[in-house]
Formats: sequence, C-alpha cells, structure tokens
Amino acid sequence: MTAVPLPTTAPPQWSPLLGRFSLEQLPFLHEPIVAATFVGVILGGIALVGALTYFRLWGYLWKEWFTSVDHKKIGIMYMVLGLVMFMRGFADAIMMRLQQAIAFNGSEGYLNPHHYDQVFTAHGVIMIFFAAMPFVTGLMNYVVPLQIGARDVSFPFLNNFSFWMTTGGAVLVMASLFLGEFGQTGWLAFPPLSGLAYSPGVGVDYYIWSLQVAGVGTTLSGINLIATIIKMRAPGMTLMRMPVFTWTALCTNVLIVASFPVLTAVLVLLSLDRYVGTNFFTNDFGGSPMMYVNMIWIWGHPEVYILILPIFGVFSEVTSTFSGKRLFGYTSMVYATVVITILSYLVWLHHFFTMGSGASVNSFFGITTMIISIPTGAKLFNWLFTMYRGRIRFDLPMMWTVAFMLTFTIGGMTGVLLAVPPADFVLHNSLFLIAHFHNVIIGGVVFGTFAAINYWWPKAFGFKLNQFWGKVSFWCWVPGFWIAFTPLYIMGLMGVTRRTRVFDDPSLQPYFIVALLGALLIAAGIGAMIVQYGVSIWKREALTDESGDPWNGRTLEWATSSPPPAYNFAFTPIVHDLDAWEDMKRAGVGRPLEGFRPIHMPSNTGAGVVLAGISTLLGFALIWHIWWLVGISFVALLVSAITHTFNYKRDYHIPAEDVAAVEAQRTAQLERLAQTQGATA
Amino acid sequence: MRAKLLNRARLLRCAIVPLLALPLAGCDWVVLNPAGDVARQQGNLVIVATLLMLLIVVPVMATVVLFAWRYRATNTEAKYDPDWNHSTQLELMIWAAPLMIIIALGAVTWVGTHLLDPYRNISRIDAQTPIAANAKPLDVEVVSMDWKWLFIYPEQNIATVNELVVPAGRPLRFRMTSSTVMNTFYVPALAGMIYTMPGMETKLHAVFNQEGAFKGISAHYSGAGFSHMHFATRAVSDQQFAQWVDSVKANKNDGELTRAAYLQLDKPSIAEPVHHYAGVTPDLFNAVVDLCVQPGKICMSQMAMLDAKGGVPKEAARLNVAALTYDKDGRATEAPVLPGSVVAQTDRFVKAYCSDNRPMAAPNADTQAPKTLDRLRGAGINQATGPRVSLAGPLLQPAS
Amino acid sequence: MSDATHHQDVSAPLPASLTKLGKFWDLNEHDHPEGHSTMLGFWIYLMSDCLIFAMLFAAFGVLGGNYAAGPGPRELFELPLVAVNTSMLLFSSITYGFAMLAMQRGSVSQTQMWLLITAVFGAAFLSIELYEFANLIHEGATPQRSAFLSSFFTLVGTHGLHVTFGLIWLFTLVVQVSRKGLIQANKRRLMCLSLFWHFLDVVWIGVFTFVYLMGMLR
Repeated sequence: MTAVPLPTTAPPQWSPLLGRFSLEQLPFLHEPIVAATFVGVILGGIALVGALTYFRLWGYLWKEWFTSVDHKKIGIMYMVLGLVMFMRGFADAIMMRLQQAIAFNGSEGYLNPHHYDQVFTAHGVIMIFFAAMPFVTGLMNYVVPLQIGARDVSFPFLNNFSFWMTTGGAVLVMASLFLGEFGQTGWLAFPPLSGLAYSPGVGVDYYIWSLQVAGVGTTLSGINLIATIIKMRAPGMTLMRMPVFTWTALCTNVLIVASFPVLTAVLVLLSLDRYVGTNFFTNDFGGSPMMYVNMIWIWGHPEVYILILPIFGVFSEVTSTFSGKRLFGYTSMVYATVVITILSYLVWLHHFFTMGSGASVNSFFGITTMIISIPTGAKLFNWLFTMYRGRIRFDLPMMWTVAFMLTFTIGGMTGVLLAVPPADFVLHNSLFLIAHFHNVIIGGVVFGTFAAINYWWPKAFGFKLNQFWGKVSFWCWVPGFWIAFTPLYIMGLMGVTRRTRVFDDPSLQPYFIVALLGALLIAAGIGAMIVQYGVSIWKREALTDESGDPWNGRTLEWATSSPPPAYNFAFTPIVHDLDAWEDMKRAGVGRPLEGFRPIHMPSNTGAGVVLAGISTLLGFALIWHIWWLVGISFVALLVSAITHTFNYKRDYHIPAEDVAAVEAQRTAQLERLAQTQGATA
Repeated sequence: MRAKLLNRARLLRCAIVPLLALPLAGCDWVVLNPAGDVARQQGNLVIVATLLMLLIVVPVMATVVLFAWRYRATNTEAKYDPDWNHSTQLELMIWAAPLMIIIALGAVTWVGTHLLDPYRNISRIDAQTPIAANAKPLDVEVVSMDWKWLFIYPEQNIATVNELVVPAGRPLRFRMTSSTVMNTFYVPALAGMIYTMPGMETKLHAVFNQEGAFKGISAHYSGAGFSHMHFATRAVSDQQFAQWVDSVKANKNDGELTRAAYLQLDKPSIAEPVHHYAGVTPDLFNAVVDLCVQPGKICMSQMAMLDAKGGVPKEAARLNVAALTYDKDGRATEAPVLPGSVVAQTDRFVKAYCSDNRPMAAPNADTQAPKTLDRLRGAGINQATGPRVSLAGPLLQPAS
Repeated sequence: MSDATHHQDVSAPLPASLTKLGKFWDLNEHDHPEGHSTMLGFWIYLMSDCLIFAMLFAAFGVLGGNYAAGPGPRELFELPLVAVNTSMLLFSSITYGFAMLAMQRGSVSQTQMWLLITAVFGAAFLSIELYEFANLIHEGATPQRSAFLSSFFTLVGTHGLHVTFGLIWLFTLVVQVSRKGLIQANKRRLMCLSLFWHFLDVVWIGVFTFVYLMGMLR
C-alpha cells in the first residue's frame, strides 16, 4: 500500500509582524492544482477589474449597487453572490467525484489527504452558507416587500450591511484557497478533531471566522425581515391574507433569529478553546466534545428548514400561478409551515443516534422527526390539489416544480427512513445519507431556486428568460442529479462510507464512474443555465415583458412595473383578499394616475461596505494571529460604527413630480401594450 | 405483529432487492444482506420502513404525473375550476393519510429501537435460536487510534491491531473508546455502527451467523489517515478461534501490550499492518477510557470523584496541571508528567483512587459505578486536617 | 382606467370609479413615521442575544461541575463581593429609569446627569468584576484550569463585555443628546439602550442565581 505522509501536528511559526503567515503557507507555491487555479483566478480577476475600469463602471457599481439600500438591488446582489459561490462549491464537487472515480487499485488519485479533506469541508460550508443561504435570503429580500406592498424593508441600511457581512464571510472562505488552508474537519468541525491539538493550522480558524462574519449578517437580515413582515404589510393584509411565500419567509426568519445565535455561541466557545485555551470541547480538564455536537445540531437542524421553507413558498406561488388557480388549502398550508417551524427544534438528536444515546431518547427523536413528514406531506398534497382542475402552463418555473415534487418525495422518504434509529445505525455516515440530503437540497432548494429565478427574473429585469436554454439546463440537471446520486444510494446499502478518499474494493469503481458522469451532466446543466442568462440578456429586446405581469400572477409584486420603480408602488395597495393582485384584476381596477405625493425613501450609504470590510479584515487578522492588525481593525470598527450613528440624515423624499413622471412613463408603456395587443387580436 | 412484519419483509427482500437492482450487481448489498443477526434485523427494518412509505409515496408520485398530464393547459377537455380551493374531506384525508403511516412507522420504530438497542444484550442468535442460558459473550475491547484499530481480548489476554477475529454463533460484547478523536466502529455485515469517543465508553452487542471474511471500517471522518482506517474482520468456528488465539499467544515477536507499548502504538500512523500482542497489561482499556495510560497522569474518574465532592481547596488550582493534561496542548506533547519526587506521590495517589473504577463506562448491568466512596476518604494517603483537604493534599504542589 | 383622471376632491362624494380605485389603493396615505419598527426590531435582536446567553448558561449547566481536580465555586466565590456587585447593576437600572423619566419630561441636562450616574454604577460593576477576575487568575483559577472555570469566565465575561459596550453606547448618546437635544431619533435610541440595559440586568439576575448562589450549594 502506498505510504501516505503523516500530517504535520506542529503549529505554524509565529512572528509579530505577519502572525502565522509565511511563504510556506502559500499552497500555490507547492501544489500544482492550486497553482493552476491561482493563475486562472488572477487572470480572471485582472480581466474583470480591467473591464470594469475600461468601461468606467466602478462609479456606477458603487453608487447604484454597492451602497444601495434598495431591497431589490440587495436581493439581486445576494443572488449573484450565491451563484458565484455555487460555482466554487460545484468545482469542489467535481474534484471529489473525479478523485473517487480514479482512486482504486492502489492509486492515490490526484488529491492528497490534506487537499481532499479541505475540498469536502469547503464544499459543505460553501454550499450551505454561501450558496443556498444567499439564494433564499436574496429571494426573500427581493420578493417579500413587493408581496406585502411595502416600499422597502424596515431597516434598509441594516439590509445593506447584512449583505456585505455575508460577502465578507465568503471572501474569507475564498481567501483560504490561496492563503493558508481551509479546515479539514468536515463542514460542522466536530471537536476534538477541530481542536488545537488535532487541527493546529489556520484552516479551522478560517472556518470559524468566515461563519462568524457571515452569521452576523444572516441574523441581522432575519431580524430585519421579521420586523418588515410584521410592521410593513399593506393595509388590509391580515396575517391570513399574506401570500404563502411571505408566510414561509416569516417562519424562516423566525428560525434564523432563533437558531443563528446558537451557532454564534458555539463557534465562540470553539474559538475560545483554540485561542484562549479554555476547556469547553477538549478531551481533558472536564471538557465535553458531545456538548459541541448537541449545540451545533440545535442550530443545524433548523438550518435545513431555513433553506427549504422559503422554497416551499416559491413552489406554492408557482403552482398556484401556473395552474391558474387559487392555492388549495391555504390555511392548512400556513399551519403546516408553522408546525414545521416549531418541530424543527425537537429533532436535532437524529443526527447522532449512533453516539450512544439510550433507546428511549433515540425513539423520541426518531418519532418527532417522522412527525415533521406529516405537515410536509400535507404541503405536497396541497400542491397536488392545486394542480387538480387547473390549466397548467408548463413554463420553466412549473417544470422545475414538477421535477421537485417527484424528486423531493423520494428524498423525503429516505429521510424518514434515516429517522428510524435502527435503520440509521446501518446507514448513518454512509453514501446513502449523502444521497439523501443532496436529494432534498438539490431536489428542493436548488430546483426551487431555479424555479424562482425563472419566475421572478422578468419582474427584476423586465424581460423573460430564454426558454430553450432553460429547457436544456433542466433536462441536464434533473437526469444528471439522478445519475449522480442513485449510485450513492446503492453504495450506501453496500456499506460505503462518506469522506473516503481511496478505495480498495475495485467493484465499487463503476458506481463512482457513473456518479461522475452524472456530475458532468449537471455541469452541462450549469453551463446551459449560464448560456441561458447570457442569451436572454443579449436578446432581451425580443423577450421584453411590458405588462409587469408576464405569468398572469396573483400576488402584489405583479401589480407594479418590471422592473419596479425604486419606490415599488406609487400608492400603497389596499388588500381585501388573499391573492390581492388577482382580486384587483377581477375587480377591473387600474392604477391611480393622479394625486401623486412625495415618497419618503432611505438614502444610500457606504457605511455597510466600510463596516463589513473592516469586520472581514478583523476576521482575517484573527485567523492569522496578527495581533496588531486585530487591535487596529477592532478600534477602526468601533470608531466607524459610532461615527455612523452621528449621521442623522438617512432619508430623502422623492418629489411628487418625479413620481408623476415615472408613473406617466408606465401609463404610456401600458397604453402601448394595449394597442399592440389590440392590433394582434 | 412486528415479528410477522419482519418475516414477511424477509420474504419480500429477495423479491424487491433484485427488482431494484436489476441492471446492477444484485445481492451483494451487505446492508440488506448481512451475516449477523443484528444487522439483518436492522436491514429488515430498512425494508419494512421503505415499504410502509411506498404505500403513500407511489400513489402521490403517480398522481403528480397524472394531474400534470391531465390538467395541462393544452388539454381543454379537462375541467377547469379556478375557484376551487377548499375541501374539508380532502384536507382531512391529506393530513390523516401521512399520519396513519407515521403512527405505524412510529410503533415499529419504538419497538425496533428498543429491541435493537446496541447497549442491550442480544436475546437470540438468530430467528430460530434463542440464546443459551449459560452462553457467555465474548468480550472485545475496541480502541480507535490515529489511524488504526486496537482490539483487546481481555478473556484471552491478547490484543490485535487492524484485525478482528471472532467466533461465529457466539454473542459478542464490544466495549469501545477512542484515544484521540471521534470515529465509528462499523462492520456492516455484523451490526450497525456506534461512535468511539475519547474519554467515553460506548457499547455494542452483536453476533455473527456465518463464518467468513468481512470488512470493518471507521465510518466517521477522523483526519488524514481516515481512508485507510479499515480492519479485516473474520468470523470463524469456535475451534478455529481457539487455534488462532493460541497462535497469537505463541508468537512473541511483537511482545506484550504494556502501557509503554500502547503509548508507542498510539502515535499517529497510516495503514498500519496487522500485528498481534501475546499479552495485555491488566485494565489497560479502563485506563484508556480514563485517559491515564501514561504513568503519572491523573485519571478522569479520579477527577470526577474529586469534583463530586465539590472540588478541592483553591490552593489546588496551583497544582502542576501537567498531571491532568491529556492532549490539550497537542498530541505531540509528551513532557514528563511531574518533576522529581512529585511523580512518586502522584503515582501513589493515582493508584489509590484509580485502579478499579469505570465511571465513564456506559450504563449497563455489568458496568456499574463504584458503590462506595471509601477509597476517597484517603486509604494510603497521609491524612491532613480534614477529609476534603486530605484528598487534595498530594495535589498541592507548587506550579514548578 | 381613464375615469381616474378626475381630480380627487375630498369635500365632494367620490365618483363610483374613484371609490373603486380608493378601495384598492391608499390614495391618502401618510409616510411610515421614521423608526416605526425600531423598537420591535431591537426587541427581536435582544431575544437573539438572549439565546447566546442561553447557550452560555447551558454550557455552564453542563460543565459547571467539572472542576478537573481543581477548586469549585465554594472555594472560589466571594458572595459578599458579588452581592455588592449585583447591587451596583441594580442601582444602575434604577438610575437609568430616572434618565428615562427625565427624557419624558424633556429635560436634557437631567437626562444626561442620570445617564452619567448610570455610567458610574456600570463602571463600578465592571471594576468589581475585573477585580474578582484578577483575584481568581492570581490564585491560579484561570479559564484554562477547568471546564467549570472556562464556562464561568465565558458566561460572566460575555455579560461584562455587553456592559462595556453598553457604556460606550451610553457615552455616545450623552454626546448625541448634547449635540442634537432630545429629538425623536435620540429618544428612540435612549429607549433602545434602556431595553438593553435592563436586559443585561435581568441576565445578571440569572448569573447571580444560577452561577453564584446555586454554585455555593453545589
């Protein structure tokens, strides 16, 4: 058997000026794969910066986007961040698939343990925190204020700050690619492995501080959206007249606020163990690694519902719109959402049935887990009966929805299977588990995000997405998913475990090769998706939607123009029924064309960028133990935060004439549309 | 009723599994077709649960396809009812149907979890053979290390590295711990996995019903050498087992597993070849759980007893903490525990309190917490003013 | 749609088309007052902070008995000192209440005076806490010594850190009140700090009870 070098256990050398940094910490100097990536990223970066400079876009980006407090622009920036990080996470996935497909018969593959272990850790962290979370946060940010007839969120500056904190966390993760290393602990960094004794390098510190910086953003964004939904609904929109997406967003943000502090606290304790030498999760001096496992899953289980609940909301909107029907069983849908929210706190132990809890404890958590499948099942039935006696238009959002309903059902079934403790004993930590959660996260969150992008893109940009490339992407993704993950289900039943780098049983290799082919098909799907965006932007004239309501929508976001004006609605809508826009359309009521008033709006500010930038620098200094920089950046953070509070002038009024001008354009647009429609009819 | 279900499941298994696996390898799915009775029951439960859920999953998926096809916009013949959005009967049905399935599955879960509790002694060799009244399980003590497995056979007084040989048909009782980080002990053919964790003991009861060679793995990622952390598992006849034990005892090449040999073995290594020890220092496993194999270390159980008394006087905070440190400062650290004469005193202290206790042991009838705290009152230690102070007396050494 | 081009006349009854328009659009709306959801948002933030403390309490609950063959609370804690400390924080809550009363009356100078008195009590609390920490560390009872001490220092220290930031905030507000007076924005900020300050008081009651008093009973 090939000798594998033992990992170094000595902590990196420390110097006052550079902390733990030295040339040895630059992996691209001695790892060819990282070196090639590095060259690629540097060239790409130079090209991007060059292009932005050449086209003089910096000022535009800064004024119109980076400092913007407009929830719509922040939502779009979240989606862009999610997409970029999704690419990075997917690159990690392909690397793992390739390694596992070739590391047989004594071959060590092409990744050594140090590299491979970082890859799977980074894949998990990036996909959950920096791809899926920005996706759902971005969707909620963009859609919720429009759906409730508001002009912005409750705390627009905080919204901008939250986005940049999330981005700061992503920057730290990306920095770990070329400066030092990322954690080699798995995405939840269980101690003692993540303790100083077994992970002396900077990897776990990158993990801790990237999540802490991003976690602040996530928590504040959760607070912001709860306050928005509670305080800023249009008159008449009682809780039981809220669109389902807004309901799921409310529950999700309650979950965020009630679970992310737990993550913050447990990471603080882990960092104290690593930085101060305390004994929370150590083997000796009375520490308890099991406490970490419990605490992180008390956050971790609600987290998966944070991801999936808003996506359930997306599917509810899409099913109802494209079936041309009111959602079946709205009330039970809302109750199902609330029940899932509450139950998600009572199931965390099912992630470690195999750690020696008693049979009664295991059964309790197993059964509570199964109970969650009841409201989830009810939701599925509700979508089903929404389709019943509908007129279903199979545009891309609806195609993704049907793919979701078929895929997610299997994922839910294997999930309930894993909730049976004796079954979990033979499947835990296996590739079956990997297949299960990709089944629900790809089949749920990713498909849902694509449905949502195709659904709300015309609202955000005023033109639809290209159907052809969207369908190519769809038909690569859905079979690609099943080809990639069915072999994993099967290998799980053959007792193959996750995170394994090399295999000695050659009979497994065909399965891994099939899985790799599936992953390549997914890669083609991602490629087609990018082409879809590119082609749609290129040919946007042909795809233009002037109506603002391309899908015959039912909720208030379709009542305004596409893209909506900065103030969303010139007059606040009054709600009398669920599906308020459908209600207005049936009543045949138009927009008010006169009597515009000045509109009170928040001003843009660069404070969010500055504060988040300094926080990221502080995190970076802490990772590398550069204590002088820690001191300076901490003081700078404090001073700039206080300085920001001395700015009392944070809002302005859009003059009534400006509103009238924008609305006049809109009127003209609609009249033009009515004429062309009349002409074609 | 459950047994019936399981029996039926066994019949169904050979019908269902090949069907699912038609284009694939077929029946080498060890999880569903294992060699041990416990794993077999767990595998059966996988099938029962799957079938129960398919009762609802298959109709739902079929209906999704049906409705999607039937109510497509181009099919103008299908009824269109845009305002139909509520039906009490239907809603009752869509909550009740999953509820029924979950009630059934919950009952199966409750019973199965208790019957297949790895901490519970097994009650049968297989479905036909109840366990003999005088059957004595074979004890194996398992230690996961960076990155290899140590198996201690206390009864046979031998130990092996990366090789587990056990008699088929005899109940097995594993006591498990880890010397560094978390791993899981998993022999898919034998029984479900259980974590091994440093400073804690976990248990697993199981039995092999067939002789043969199987694979054992760590199923929880534990660092750089994780992928090579597997061990050969052989189930043999009683006679072959006895022969194997004799051969291990006869081979003195690797010597005995003394505390020193253990500490040497404990150093990180990857893909360690199989080797055997012809003897084992008594109580080594307990010392491993107690994190005090290294001479002079104070055992966790010792600490726990002092803690249960409310701690020691605050002067003890100045105790030389090296005697307490296991791996906090990095596993490479192997500094002498206590300088000079302190070692002897600590040794005595440790011997007095630490020789026979298993406080971190798993809750089980055969592993009980110490019944008496008499030892705590200071046997073998110079008495000072009061009982609490006397306890701490030997610990009260200046920091350097 | 073109019906709606009539001028809206509040005194005359609305034409039918406009009534319909007015049924679905708020034609006479007022701005949301600035900061209308601040108190709610801040309250939700406090609850999230409360969860961080809940985790630290939980960690103390789990590890609080693990002295690692070291000293326990009975040996280390000096209740009289902690009682004095507790009273400092309780007094600071009362004086903050007076500051709020002064704010209601609109008296800038009295508000500032009571805020500064609050700061003095807060600083006294912090000084006593630091003195206690220094004593413990001097005796070798450092956070590194045992899991009990790790969780003790972290829980109490996190509370102390909150008080520290509360003080920085308080001084910032004193300056802002003197610059801008008791304008609506400043009043809102004072109310937020008030919530924060009383919240820390409540948390401290928990610390005093669960850590100190019950620690002595262990």
